[in-house]
Amino acid sequence: MSVESPQAATPLAPAAPAVPEAPVRPEEVGARRVRKDAREKLSGQAQYVGDMEMPGMLIGKVLRSDVPHARIVAVDASEAEAMRGVVAVLTGEDLGDLDHPYFGHAIKDRPVIAIGRVRFHGEPVAAVAAVDEATADAAIRTIVVEYEELPVLDSLDRALAGDAPLLHDGPVVPGLFHGLGTLPERDGNVGYRYTLSAGDVSAASDAADIVVEGEYTFPAVYQYAMETHATIADFKPGAITLWANCQHPFLTQAEIADLFGVPTGEVRVVVPYLGGGFGSKSYTKMEPLTVALSRKAGRPVKIANRVDESMVTSRRHGMKCWMRTTAMADGTLLTREARFWMDTGAYADNGPRVTATAADAAPGPYRWEAVHVDASCVYCTTAPSGSYRAFGATHLQWIGESQIDEVARRAGIDRVELRRRALVVPGEPVRPDGTGKPLDADLVGDVEQVAQAIGWGQPRGEWRGRGVSVGLLAAGAHPVSRASVRMTADGSVEVNVGTTEVGQGARTVMAQIAAQELGCSSDRVTVHGADTRFTPYDRSTGASRSTTLAGKAVQNAAGNVAARLRESAAEAFGVDPSDVSLVDGHAVAGTERLDFPDVIAQRFGFRGGEIIEGGEVRPTGGKTGSYAEGPVFWEVCVAGVELELDPETGMIELLRTATVADVGKAINPQLVERQDEGATLQGLGNALFEEMVFVDGLLINDSLLEYRVPRIADLPGEMTSIVVENADGPGPYGAKGCGEGALAALPAAIVNALADAGVPMNELPLTPERVWLRLQELNANEEEAV
Amino acid sequence: MEIELTVNGRQVAAEVEPQVLLLDFLRDELDLTGAKRSCDVQVCGTCTVLVDDAPVSACTYLAHEAHGRSVLTIEGFARHADFGRYAEAFERHAALQCGYCTPGFLLTIKSLADAGELRSEDEIRHGLDGNICRCTGYRAILDAAREIAGVGR
Repeated sequence: MSVESPQAATPLAPAAPAVPEAPVRPEEVGARRVRKDAREKLSGQAQYVGDMEMPGMLIGKVLRSDVPHARIVAVDASEAEAMRGVVAVLTGEDLGDLDHPYFGHAIKDRPVIAIGRVRFHGEPVAAVAAVDEATADAAIRTIVVEYEELPVLDSLDRALAGDAPLLHDGPVVPGLFHGLGTLPERDGNVGYRYTLSAGDVSAASDAADIVVEGEYTFPAVYQYAMETHATIADFKPGAITLWANCQHPFLTQAEIADLFGVPTGEVRVVVPYLGGGFGSKSYTKMEPLTVALSRKAGRPVKIANRVDESMVTSRRHGMKCWMRTTAMADGTLLTREARFWMDTGAYADNGPRVTATAADAAPGPYRWEAVHVDASCVYCTTAPSGSYRAFGATHLQWIGESQIDEVARRAGIDRVELRRRALVVPGEPVRPDGTGKPLDADLVGDVEQVAQAIGWGQPRGEWRGRGVSVGLLAAGAHPVSRASVRMTADGSVEVNVGTTEVGQGARTVMAQIAAQELGCSSDRVTVHGADTRFTPYDRSTGASRSTTLAGKAVQNAAGNVAARLRESAAEAFGVDPSDVSLVDGHAVAGTERLDFPDVIAQRFGFRGGEIIEGGEVRPTGGKTGSYAEGPVFWEVCVAGVELELDPETGMIELLRTATVADVGKAINPQLVERQDEGATLQGLGNALFEEMVFVDGLLINDSLLEYRVPRIADLPGEMTSIVVENADGPGPYGAKGCGEGALAALPAAIVNALADAGVPMNELPLTPERVWLRLQELNANEEEAV
Repeated sequence: MEIELTVNGRQVAAEVEPQVLLLDFLRDELDLTGAKRSCDVQVCGTCTVLVDDAPVSACTYLAHEAHGRSVLTIEGFARHADFGRYAEAFERHAALQCGYCTPGFLLTIKSLADAGELRSEDEIRHGLDGNICRCTGYRAILDAAREIAGVGR
């Protein structure tokens, strides 16, 4: 599927089709502008949902299941209901009037609140709305739930066992936004299956001299946005309003409307600043429960999760994987096979998409004779898994790349050299079956740059290792974005675009794009937060799509405003609009010059009026709605690592890291670098120590005391973020998205560097204990061999 | 309990329950929402405020413990003459993204810089180890802190 836009994706393309050769000056796009939101955030004035209060607002608290899997025999909330200050108590019994009180953008399998059964430790069973937090807290403690416990399926093996009870039965009810074509029926606890196949694997591997095969384990991890999930809902007949820290306001709006049986226009979602997301706030999470509680209470209600609650609201899939790679003696790659199982937890959430994206990442961007990938998304009695930055790619890249390294080792070829020979090149198909978008990036150039940055080929000491990794992430999701740009009579500019400011700097980048098109300073531009009542539609903030797609819509809208300015100025100057340039906030033609307020005054005949225009990006072709026809672009996942292992303790120290942001065009290079540095630290955490631990179905490390995330002391010795600008993206000025690739690439480079230091690993995270034990095992094998 | 304290230079007198946390007192009673709630266990530093110039985690500090003391939140610091220098360093290095952890970092840096405890990069890394940022990857924050403290590479 390609993206339709009136403009070609060339650098500094003209603003709108009707206006040829509009001169634009490059000082906004490409400039390291200070973030538009910096002062507001630095001074503590920036508002997040948790900071907001509505008149008459109650505080909601949720009673969560303390068992992983059970039938709910009875819920006694009588004491809570009788408490002074308690306005409403909600249980599954309050949802009887809804057609289908289950939600999920992929599969509608998650109840708004538990209905007769709980499927994970931490599932909401009852909720209380009270005048203050202390009262709500006290009230939920009085609620008595009688459970009849059911078998715990807290691991993939248990959930896949032949005698495992089914976590879901009845027909699969597709969600509104799965993007997966036709959803298959469930097979036992396998909720979704995805297969990728090209060529004949068994025939093609006949000639193999090198066979690398292994089993691998990837941990469940938590995105750990510093701000937990928070929602304020105000349910009134004919008007449901939410203030929510959601990444995808329009999808949430549509799901709430669908769930409560009201027209979409009756639901309004307002999104202030988000305190980080990383995928944890994509799609719909706590919003349905908050709306249901407000509906019962008849007043606005705020529910703000605590960390332990957010950890069971969304997380990254744990996974087990088998993979085999075959090659000729000279390192020529032949086949790749992979089978893997994703633990999606009790409900599908984004599991099917994560599974399909992981399958896309499994072959890696190499030329193969044949490929076969079998991917399964499995229901377990664990907290639901959804999106987390670079999902799928992060799961598979470290496995595939460790096998590529092993092929190089056995063939006696330098590991970068093997990649130089085998990586696909721009224009070649990425998917082994030849479908979808061909490669739109220079991967060989990218990997050479990171190799150089970490000292590839230089002598290295004992217990030191270097590794590189290369991968691709299918990015962009569904390419639908709209935006509007408005210039008021005083020449100031407002951009309305649905991208949520989650920390990535979207408001700054959108302002720079609009300013570039309008020939003015971005200081003049204000970018508003999303409010579905006023903001034009945008599919979502995720899949690294905002700059590319929403940015393109902003560029188009601003280009249309620029065209109106040129028309009016041309009229005043008595010239053709194509002779008018917009420079420094002025319309200029020869010696004629008018500032924007004068141009607008000229248009309307007085000091009022405004120019407001829209911009649109939508797909061409693509009849099934499946992303398999895409992606919009391939996000590059390339990193290099040099590390040192302490063999006495198993501790790993990262000496040097290098990542590539292959962005086509960096609208704001400083923000691009920050994205990759942030992703580097998250990748470091995922590779070295982050892991959610379930024991008997209970999440036992549900606080920051026991779940460790990277601190400043973990900063690598040297951290290089390389920005590559080849203008090969479909976005404005040839831009394409970034910010996720480094997270997929870094763990893979770490695993490869550790193998280079002498310790190959097949299980993440690489905790000192695991690494040390593996080292003892390797030493023992060596002694045995001697 | 009756408490009297100074918050951002202003005298405040209030009646609080003994178990009320300073974080909730500031946010709910005084509408000072710059200090953020996150981990609730004194690890992440998003709720950092200064009590008698020393950084504390307001999520695990009782409001009544601040009786007779002076509390500085980001809202107060933002009015100090010195704040501009801090803000400019953070802006120059793009040392913030979502902004949720930012007030905590600024107040921690201010406290340590004022006490003369940011004399080297090692001291900065040590001093900021109780503040977690999930967005930036820390390097920009380190660079901004170095600039504020006048510490070279």
